[in-house]
Formats: sequence, C-alpha cells, structure tokens
Amino acid sequence: MTTLVSLAPPRRLVSLTIDGKGIEAPEGSTILEACRTQGTEIPTLCYLETLHPVNVCRVCVVEVEGSRVLVPSCSRRVEPGMVVKTQSERVVHSRKMVLEFLASSVDLSTTPEVARWLGEYAARPDRYGPPAPPAAAGARDGLEPGHHDPVEPGFRATVAQPTKIDNELYLRDYGKCILCYKCVEACGTDHQNTFALTVAGRGFDARISTEFAVELPRSACVYCGNCIAVCPTGALMFKSEYDHRAAGTWDESRQTVTQTICPYCGVGCNLELHVQDNEIVKVTSPLDHDVTEGNLCIKGRFGWQFVQNRASEERPQGG
Amino acid sequence: MFGAGGGTSSYREVEETDVIFLWGANARDNHPIFFHHVLKAIRRGARMFACDPRRTSTAQWADAWLGLHVGTDIALANAMARVIIHAGLANQAFIANATSGFEAYRAAVEQYTLARAERITGVPGEVIERAALAYARADRAVICWTLGITEHHNAVDNVLSLINLALLTGHVGRYGSGLNPLRGQNNVQGGGDMGAIPNRLAGFQDWTKDAAVKAKFDAAWGIDMKAQYGRNLSQMFEGMEHGEVRAVYAIGENPAQSEADQNRAERLLTGLDHLVVQDIFLTRTAELATVVLPASASWCESEGTVTNSERRVQRVRKALEPPPGARDDMWIIAEIAKRLGHDWGQPSAEAVWNEVRSLAPMVAGMSYPRLEREGGLHWPCYDETHPGEQFLHGRLWQQPRGGPAAPFSVVEHDPPVEMPDAEYPFQLTTGRRLDSYNTGVQTGGFTSPLRRGETVDISPEDAASLGVGEGDRVRVSSRRGSVVAPVRVDSSLRAGLVFMTFHHQDQVKTNVLTIDATDPKSGTAEFKACAVRIEPVAAAVTT
Repeated sequence: MTTLVSLAPPRRLVSLTIDGKGIEAPEGSTILEACRTQGTEIPTLCYLETLHPVNVCRVCVVEVEGSRVLVPSCSRRVEPGMVVKTQSERVVHSRKMVLEFLASSVDLSTTPEVARWLGEYAARPDRYGPPAPPAAAGARDGLEPGHHDPVEPGFRATVAQPTKIDNELYLRDYGKCILCYKCVEACGTDHQNTFALTVAGRGFDARISTEFAVELPRSACVYCGNCIAVCPTGALMFKSEYDHRAAGTWDESRQTVTQTICPYCGVGCNLELHVQDNEIVKVTSPLDHDVTEGNLCIKGRFGWQFVQNRASEERPQGG
Repeated sequence: MFGAGGGTSSYREVEETDVIFLWGANARDNHPIFFHHVLKAIRRGARMFACDPRRTSTAQWADAWLGLHVGTDIALANAMARVIIHAGLANQAFIANATSGFEAYRAAVEQYTLARAERITGVPGEVIERAALAYARADRAVICWTLGITEHHNAVDNVLSLINLALLTGHVGRYGSGLNPLRGQNNVQGGGDMGAIPNRLAGFQDWTKDAAVKAKFDAAWGIDMKAQYGRNLSQMFEGMEHGEVRAVYAIGENPAQSEADQNRAERLLTGLDHLVVQDIFLTRTAELATVVLPASASWCESEGTVTNSERRVQRVRKALEPPPGARDDMWIIAEIAKRLGHDWGQPSAEAVWNEVRSLAPMVAGMSYPRLEREGGLHWPCYDETHPGEQFLHGRLWQQPRGGPAAPFSVVEHDPPVEMPDAEYPFQLTTGRRLDSYNTGVQTGGFTSPLRRGETVDISPEDAASLGVGEGDRVRVSSRRGSVVAPVRVDSSLRAGLVFMTFHHQDQVKTNVLTIDATDPKSGTAEFKACAVRIEPVAAAVTT
C-alpha cells in the first residue's frame, strides 16, 4: 500500500491575464493564489489559508474587466479569459480608502505590514481629525443596534477602549480589532466549534463579543488560543507577549522559533516555540502542517510553563 | 493488532470516513486536535457514535450516545456483531479471504441478543441495533478508543471485541476504514516502536521467536541475548511485592502517584534496596529515590523523534537550554553505560536514530532530512524512496491474501472485578479533564481559568439522595482507602456512577481508592471501575 489516495480529479489549467501578463492557474484556485504564484503581492487582512474567506476587509480587492465592482481576490476564483488588474488606479484608490478608514478608527500599531502599506498607498488617516476619546470600559459592549451616537464634529470615530484582561492566558484589546471575523471563524465552524465568540451590534458599533459580553472565565471559552493564532492585529494577544511589551522587553529580533512536538497527549501536534533569552514567550503551530492546521488545545498552547518553573527549583502545584 | 502495535488509519482518513465510533474515548477533552479531524468529518456529513458511560462533551457531538454501564463494552460489541450477522451484513468475501475463526465467533455472539445486551449494558436495544447497522452499512468506518477500553481488568479482551467488529465488516485495511487506539502520551506509540516494552525490540521485533531477528541484534550489539521477556509495570510491582525486584530505575515516570492502589505502590517503592529516578522534576517518586538524576525536558531541551497516534514519526527539537545540572536523557544513559564498563561515547540523537533505522526495517527509510522535509512520516517506511503507509493491513484485501489470516477472538462479557454492593454502593470511574494532564506534574505549571481543583462528580439524583450540593465536602471510601473532596454535580452522570481525576494528587489522592485489578495480558489496571461509599463529611466518619 502506498499513501495518498487522490480524491479529486486532476485540475485543469485556466488561462487568464494578470497585469497584462498571460498566465495559467489551476481551475478552482483564487485570483490571490494565482497572483502569489506569480510573485504579485496583494495585501490581505481577513484572509488566511486555513479559514473560509469572509470578504470583509476589502484590502485585497482587484479589478476584473467586465465586473461592475472591484472583487475580493481572496475568494474570487479564476475563470478562463479573465483579465485582472491588481494595481489599477481604481484598485489603488480603493485600498487607500480602506486602509485610511481602518487606521483612522483602529489602533494598528501591532499589525504587521500595515505601516508599510499605509506608506505605499499614501493613506493619511489623520486627515479625519483628532481621535475621539476612548470609550469607557465595557461601554461599547452595551451598545444596541439602532441607537448609534455619532462622535462630536471635528473628531474621528475610533473603537478605542480599555484592554480586557480577565484571565492569565490571553487578553483582548478590542481597540485593535478590525472585525476581520477570523477569531469567530476559528472558534466556530472552521476549526474549534466552541462558538464562544461572535459579532454583536451593527455598523460602527459592531464588535466581537462573548455571549452577553461576559468575561472569558464565565463564557464558553476553552482557552485553545486558536483565535489568538489567527488574529492579524494583536487585538488578541498572549498574556506573556503583552507583559513583555508592557515592560518594554518584547524584542522579536532576539527571538528564535523552533518547531517541536507537544509534550502532552499522543495526537502529535507541531508546536512552534518562540523563545527569547532562553524563555518561551509564546507558542504557535504551523498552518501548513496537516495534524494541526495551526490549531492547538489549552495544554499545547499554554501548558509549557512547567519547563521554566524548574529554573527556580520550584516544585509545581499538583506534584 | 495483527502483528503491528499501532493505529491503522491516518487522521486524514478520519476526516473522510462515513461512520466514526469513539469508544471509551472522550476525544473532545482529551485529544482535542484529533477531535478537530472528527469535527471535519461530522461537518462533511459523517455520523459519530459515542460509547461512554458519561455523556461527555464528545457525546454531545454524537448522532447517538451509547451510554453503557462501565465495563460492559464486550456485551455491547458482541450484540452489535449479532445484529450485523442476522441482518446479513457480515462481509462474507472479506471474512473468507482475510480471517480465521469466524464460526466460533458467530456461535459465541449468538448468545448476545439485544434484550440481553440491553440488560447488561443499559443501552436500549434499538440504539445498539441502529449503531450496528450504521457501522456495517457504511462504505468507510473507523473505531477509535482510549483508556475507557483499556483501563479494565480485561483490557485486551475489550480491544479484541472491537477488532472483531472490524473483521466482521471489512472495516480495516482500506482507506478510511480502520481501528485506532488514541495514544495518551506524546510518545507512548514511539516507546513501543522503539522497543521500550518488555516483549519486543525496536520495530516490534521478537528476538525470542525469530532467530534472524536475534542474530541481527546479537551481531549489531556484540552480545548473546537471552530468550526471555522483561516485566511490564504491573509485573514489576508484583516482583517488588515478592522480593524478586529489588532495584528500580524509573525514567520519566511517576508511579508513586500514577499507579492504582497508591498506598501499595508507595510502600513497595519505599521498600526497594535501590531506586533511581531520572526526571525533569522532583516528583513524588523522586522524593522516595536513593539517587535522582535531573533530566532535560525531552520535547524542548533535546533532539529526537516521537511517534503519534497515526504512526507518524516526527522530530522534537531543542529550543531551550536546560536548567543548570539537568542533562539530556541520552547523555545520562551513556554515562551510566560507561560506568558499567561500556563506552558508547556520546552519540547524537541522529546517530542513535540511524542505528534504529539499521535494525528496524519499519523505520529504515526515515532519515532525519526526510523527516524534516516531509513533516514526519508514517511507519512502515522501508527505504528512502518509500512514502510511508497511510493505513495498515491492506494485505488483508489482497487476493490471495498477503501474510497470515487475522483471527476472530471469542471474548465474553466479564463485569468489573469490584461491583457496587450494599457497603460500597457507588461505582467510581476515573478520567481526565481538558486542561490537566495525568498526575498534574506538567499542567500544574500554568494557571488555567477552567481548573477547579479535584472534585467528586456525582449525578443530580445522587446529590439529592445524599443531601449534598455543589461544593459540599464528602468522604469517598473504597476498600483500600479514603479521601475527602468537594462535590461537583454533573448531569452527564447517571445515578450510581461517580467520576474523579488524579490530576491534583497533592490535594486528593484519588488513586488510594482505585483497585489494582490488572489485566494479565496487558498489565493495565482497572482504573475505570471500583466500588466506593460516599458520606457527607459532616457525618463524621472515623478513619
């Protein structure tokens, strides 16, 4: 017996044009995938290869000849004869607006790449005025659909609010949330199927919430951290990373990432240990490994502290 | 099974199968990422059946929960077999080609009518029938199990009863059909693969029965191996009891807290002439030791490989420097060998692995570069061009069949050794929770918001009849010992059944209650069933 039973028929190649260049891409692949194989960079925020596309961030839009509107490249599949423009004036203008709106209302300071994109697309989020003062703790959680209060004239609306820290494992800084739905998808049908998170509210008042906005320890959360793993902005963050950042000691240039196997049950999940100064600072899992697809459970994600507790010769609770 | 100790299917196949039995397995809590693959199957339309005395979080995802009484798995499996045979759904072609002993099996399961099975197991006959028909009619079906099957005094018979079902229906040896024990520890499969079991060398090779195997190892190691198996853990403790075992060298094991009948385990370990413990912590067992050898943590402070539940060998790598004084396990073993007069030098993990590859054909093709490049490989993988086998036992479907026939085994229902009675009216079953692991040595290191300390989980009916509520302290006593713990009222339990873990041994020594009734074939103890009495602490019991 050999491995790998092919379950799908071989895919035909589709001919299309991207930025004036004729290419071939496998039938069923997305415009984004076709662009990436060509080395054409397209910014993405809500897209992740292990999640179903939800098409909400609109930063990956491209122009398709004959299409009335710009299309999200992360979900639109290639078609024969398609003519795609990834850098047309319309595309650039749209991306600039999207980035400006996001950056004007959300703290993107821990979103990788976004500073570069803002420069490339000449986005100026400050032109919408100074930021409105942050909401009080929990205020946004109480907003009801149909009762939106606009900010004072002259200020730009933001989602700024205090960070939610209600457990020792991870925290939620929704002032950094762009509502990309990735955490909802990872917690829901795409991976974890725990459904501890969803989107509550409407329009600008929409926010990620637990049931009735309860604190995590009272919610359905099982602390797998699979939402943190997919969060593109740092709105969901490991407490260990947050503490280092708060202390000014977070330094990715001093970190190594080593792939190993979880020490707990026999499933054999691949772990990426992020280590700084001989200390594990966070744990992720590779998206492209078929045992985990980037997912872990509470033990794999957070259960590593015992190796570090030994250094101080402490005997852990529990014997 | 059938000569190779490993699960037959890959996780990928579990995603693409049609019917899944999780039998004595609460994968949602105890193998959460394996359960992700099950969830993918369920989302695809696969049906899942959960066989468990508790209505676990796994059972909540099932098409049907078969809430059998503890230790009645064989009656359930045999009754399913009878349904399948009577419905004409036995896979006659497969049985004729691949198996032996069917007639005796058919005669034995004929005694397990639905009415009798319902009486023994407590599962309604129509549910048993539905589950049996779904399994037999599926194009692809897998049975997965864990300690709910194996922590019994008749563990091996329990497993055989499940293997019988696969042989009866041909649900083994094909893509998407198989038999899968989900391993509880990250390298329990690899330990077996590498010969860290008393009756096989690396690659499940038996030197006592196969002269070629013996000759190969004798030549490689320059010795003349005795044709004699070692002792399994339970036999070691028996040996200590009888004074035959006087010294123990425990590597990464905490038997003082993990063994059933803990008082006995501690007494026997304390009575040894010499106890060496090599561990990453000063565990309870290490506290009893003559010599403690501090070790590095194998999964993040040293190099090597582990094997998972789908027989995939994967690399562990060094990410951290161990704390001062802690040494790599391999370094310690080589140094001990040197002091015993054998200088092996200090081989690298890769050099040791290459020696394994040279002696164990089933991993011969797994070079370190390939393991890196291909994200691990499934055994068997015979040479560098072999892709590794995704599922086992395809030979059973070849015509003519490759290798020996797979035998049916006649196994009979045999209730747990200690059943509830007037004096000890409750049945205690033990297990694990999502955020903790075994004796809690490792998981005690992090603060879990889910953790509530040790509790005695009892049904709402029993809580009412005992007059206790959530958090009330009760004394739980068995014939071997007694502990005090707070009550957790759990509606997933039926009246008469109580549940505890052994995660918080410093607070509640659950294993002083459990019974050391071991399976003579596998050596596993019956952690899943013993009889206990429960009294509110206010009732002032003398101890």
